[in-house]
Amino acid sequence: MNVPIEPELQNTQVPLEFTDQHESLKILGFWAFLATDFLLFSSLFAVYAVYQSRVGMSGPTPAQLFHLGPVLFETVALLTSSFTCGLAVYEMRHHRLKGTVIWLAVTILLGAAFVATEISEFLGDIALHDTWHHSAFLSAFFTLVGTHGSHVSFGIIWAITLIIQLLGRGLTTITTRKVYMFALYWHFLDIIWVFIFTVVYLSGKII
Amino acid sequence: MSSLLAQLFPPETTRGMELSADVLIVLTSAAIIYVLTRYHKWGHLWREWLTTVDHKKIGIMYLIAAITMLFRGGVDALLMRGQLAVPNNHFLGPLHYDEIFTTHGTIMIFFMSMPFIFAMFNLAIPLMIGARDVAFPRLNAISFWLFAFAAFMFNISFVVGGSPNAGWTSYPPLTELAFNPGVGQNYYLLAIQISGIGSIATGVNFLVTILKMRAPGMTLMRMPMFVWTSLVTSALILFAFPPLTVALAMTMLDRLFGTDFFTITHGGMPMMYVNLFWLFGHPEVYILILPSFGIFSEVVATFSRKRLFGYSTMVWSVITITLLSYGTWVHHFFTMGAGPGVNVFFGISTMLIAIPTGIKIFNWIFTMWGGRVRTPVAMLWALAFIPTFVVGGATGVMLGAVVGDYQFHNSYFLIAHFHNVLIGGTVFGLLAGMYYWWPKTFGFKLDERQGRWFFWLFFIGFWITFMPQYALGFMGMTRRMYTYTTGYGWSLPNLVSTIGAFMMGAGFVVFVYSIVYSYKHGERDLTGDPWDGRTLEWSLPSPPPAYNFARIPVVSDRDAWWEMKQHNQTNVVQLNPNDIQPIEMPKSSSIPFLMGLAFFVGGIGMVFEWWWVAILGALGVVALLIIGSFDYNDHEEIHAETIRHTEASLGRLQG
Ligand SMILES: [Cu+2]
Repeated sequence: MNVPIEPELQNTQVPLEFTDQHESLKILGFWAFLATDFLLFSSLFAVYAVYQSRVGMSGPTPAQLFHLGPVLFETVALLTSSFTCGLAVYEMRHHRLKGTVIWLAVTILLGAAFVATEISEFLGDIALHDTWHHSAFLSAFFTLVGTHGSHVSFGIIWAITLIIQLLGRGLTTITTRKVYMFALYWHFLDIIWVFIFTVVYLSGKII
Repeated sequence: MSSLLAQLFPPETTRGMELSADVLIVLTSAAIIYVLTRYHKWGHLWREWLTTVDHKKIGIMYLIAAITMLFRGGVDALLMRGQLAVPNNHFLGPLHYDEIFTTHGTIMIFFMSMPFIFAMFNLAIPLMIGARDVAFPRLNAISFWLFAFAAFMFNISFVVGGSPNAGWTSYPPLTELAFNPGVGQNYYLLAIQISGIGSIATGVNFLVTILKMRAPGMTLMRMPMFVWTSLVTSALILFAFPPLTVALAMTMLDRLFGTDFFTITHGGMPMMYVNLFWLFGHPEVYILILPSFGIFSEVVATFSRKRLFGYSTMVWSVITITLLSYGTWVHHFFTMGAGPGVNVFFGISTMLIAIPTGIKIFNWIFTMWGGRVRTPVAMLWALAFIPTFVVGGATGVMLGAVVGDYQFHNSYFLIAHFHNVLIGGTVFGLLAGMYYWWPKTFGFKLDERQGRWFFWLFFIGFWITFMPQYALGFMGMTRRMYTYTTGYGWSLPNLVSTIGAFMMGAGFVVFVYSIVYSYKHGERDLTGDPWDGRTLEWSLPSPPPAYNFARIPVVSDRDAWWEMKQHNQTNVVQLNPNDIQPIEMPKSSSIPFLMGLAFFVGGIGMVFEWWWVAILGALGVVALLIIGSFDYNDHEEIHAETIRHTEASLGRLQG
C-alpha cells in the first residue's frame, strides 16, 4: 500500500523508508517486536542471575569456565560490526547503493567471526565435558548466550537476503526500510551482548 | 513399524474412550473430505479461506475455532462433573482424570478464550476505527495459522501418543521427564509455544493498527471503549508472553535435551518456573478480561441509547489495572514460603485492583441509569455479567487476603472463584460481543428467542454449578481429586454442581442449533445498523465489502456514527460515482498457511523426538521467511469500476 505521506513532508529531509506510510508502520511494528525480544532476554538474564552460583556438585564455577581472551575478541568483533552496520545505513541515507552493500557485507563477516568464535568456545567447553547437562549454572549460561548467538546467526542470514534484494532492486522505500529494520535488530543484539559481557563474563570473573 | 505404532499408540491411549474418539475423528474427517470433493469445494476453500488475509474472514475462522474448542473443553468439563457426581465413582481412572482436567484448563485458556478474543479483535477493530485492514494483514494470517495448527496438535494428543496430565500450569518437577515420561507433556509445551508466537504477533499487529490506522479525527480519547481495551490488551500480550516463552523453553530443554533448570540435584529450582509462569499468568488474566470490559461498554451504551458514562475514568481505570496486574503474581503461591513481608505486599497490590474494577461497574450502571434500556440477547449477557462479576471479585478479594488464602488455596473455593470470573467475565463478555457483532459479520441476526433459551440455561446452569463449589471449598474438598467417599457431606453439593454443568451443556446445544436455524431462517440485516449503533462499524453494510470503507470516514466526535445520525449526516456514506478511487488491498497468500504447517511439522518432530522431522519443519520455516521476504508483489488494486459496482449493489451511490 504505497500511500505517500503529507506532501509538505516530502521536501524535507525525511529518509526514504519513512516517506511511505505503510513502510514506516512496519518499522513501528518492529520496535514493538524488539520490546518483546528485550523482555525475553530480560527473563533469561533473571534466570542466569539466580543460577549463576548454582554450579552443582563439582563445578565448574563461572570463573573456572570463562576465558576472557576469546570473549574480548567477540566483543570487539560485534561492537565493530554495529559500527559498520551504522555506516551501511549512513551510505543508504546518502543514496549510495555500493557503499550500503559493502558495509553490510563487512557487518556479515564480523558477525560470522563472532559466531565462529562463540562456537569454538562452546566446543572447547564440551570437550572438557562442561556441557549444559551438568549444573543449573551451565544450563542457564548456554541457554542465555546460545539464544543471543542464534539471534546473531539469524541476523547473518537475514543480511545476506537483504544484499541480494539490494543488488536486484536498488534503494527503494521497501529495501531501505528492510535495511533500517535490520540495523535496529543488529544494534539491539549489540546492546544485549554488552549486558552479557558485563553480567555474565566480567562479573563471573570477578565473583 | 511396530515400534512406531507403539510410540504413536502406547497402552495408555488405547482405552475404550480414546478408541471411540479415534473412530469419531476419522469418520468426521472422512465426511468433510467427501463433502468437499463431492461439491468441488477444495479450490473455493483454498482461495477464499485458507489463503485469505482479509481480517473479517480471519475473524470468522477464529470464531469457528473458538466455538469448536468451547465444545471440546466443555465435553472435558462434563466428563469431570460426571465422574464427580456421586461418591466412589470409577467411571474415569485417576490418570485419565488428570489428563482431562489438564486439557480442559489448557484448551479453555489458550485455545478457546484467546482465539475468541482475537476473533472479536479481527471482526470489530478495523471497522470501528475506520480502517481498511489491520497494519500487517499477512502477519495476521500467520498468527491465525500458528494458533490453528497448535490447537490441532494439542487436540490430537488425546489419541496419538498420550495426553499432558500436569494441569494447565504444568509445574515442575512433576513435568520433568523422570516423573512424567511419555510425550503428553511435550505436546503441551510445543502447542502453547507455537500458539504463543502467534499471540505475540497479534499483539504487535493490533497495537500498531490501533495506534496508526485510525480514521482522521479519531483521537485517542475519541476511540470506542472496546478499541481502548484492545489496545491495552495488545500491550499486555507483548509484555506478558516472553516470560511464558522462557518458562516453557526451560521445561522443554530439561525434558528433551537434559538441562538442569528444574532438577534439584544439579542446582535447579522449580520455583523459577512458578515465578516466570505467573509473571505471565496474572497479566494473562487481564488479557482475558479487559476485552470483555470493552465489549460491555459498547453493548451497554448501545442498548441504553446513551453515551458511555465516565469515559475518561474508564480509560484510566483500564490503564491502572494493566499496570497493577504486574505487581500481583506472587498471590498464586502465598503458601510456598515467600515470607510475610512479600506476601502482604502482593496481597495489597492484588486488592487494589478491585478499586478501578469497581469504578467500571458503577460506570456501566450509570450508563444504563436514565437510558432507554433494551434487552436483546447481547444486552442480557452484559446485564448478567454485573452481579456475576461482583461475586467473583468479592471472592477474589477473599483469596487475595493472605491469611484467608492459607485456608482457601487449592480448594474448590478457588475453582469456583476463577470460573466465576472467567465465565462470568470473559465468556459472558465474548458471548455478548458475538451476539452484538454477529449481524455485522454474517449479514443475519441470531434468533432472539433461541438466544434467550441459551442465555437462561447457561446463566442459571452457571450459578447451580459453581455456588455449591464455594461451599465444597469450605467443606475441605480440594481441586484435582478424581473421586471421594461418603461421610464428608460432599455428595449433595457435587451432584447439584453436576446438574448445573449439564444445564450449561444443554444451553450450548441450543446455541449451536440456533446458528443453523438462523442461517436458514434468521432475520437478514439489510440496513447495516440493526441495533441503532453508535460506532463506525454500523455505518457499513452487513457484511462489509472486502475493502470495508470505499471512502475513509472523518471523525469529529466520540460515538462517531451516532453523532452523524443525530445531525442527519448519515448520507455521508453515500458516494458520488465520480469520486470513487481505486483501492489497494493486500493479496491472498499461501505463505501463512504453509508457515503454520511448517511449525506443525517441526512441533510434531520435537514432541516425538524425531529429529529429522523437526529439522525439516525448521528448514520449512526459514525457507518460508525467505520466500516471503522476496515477495514484493503482495498488493493488488481493486478497480474503481469494481468498487462502483459493489457500492451500487449495496445501494450506497448517490442519485
Ligand atoms: Cu493472579
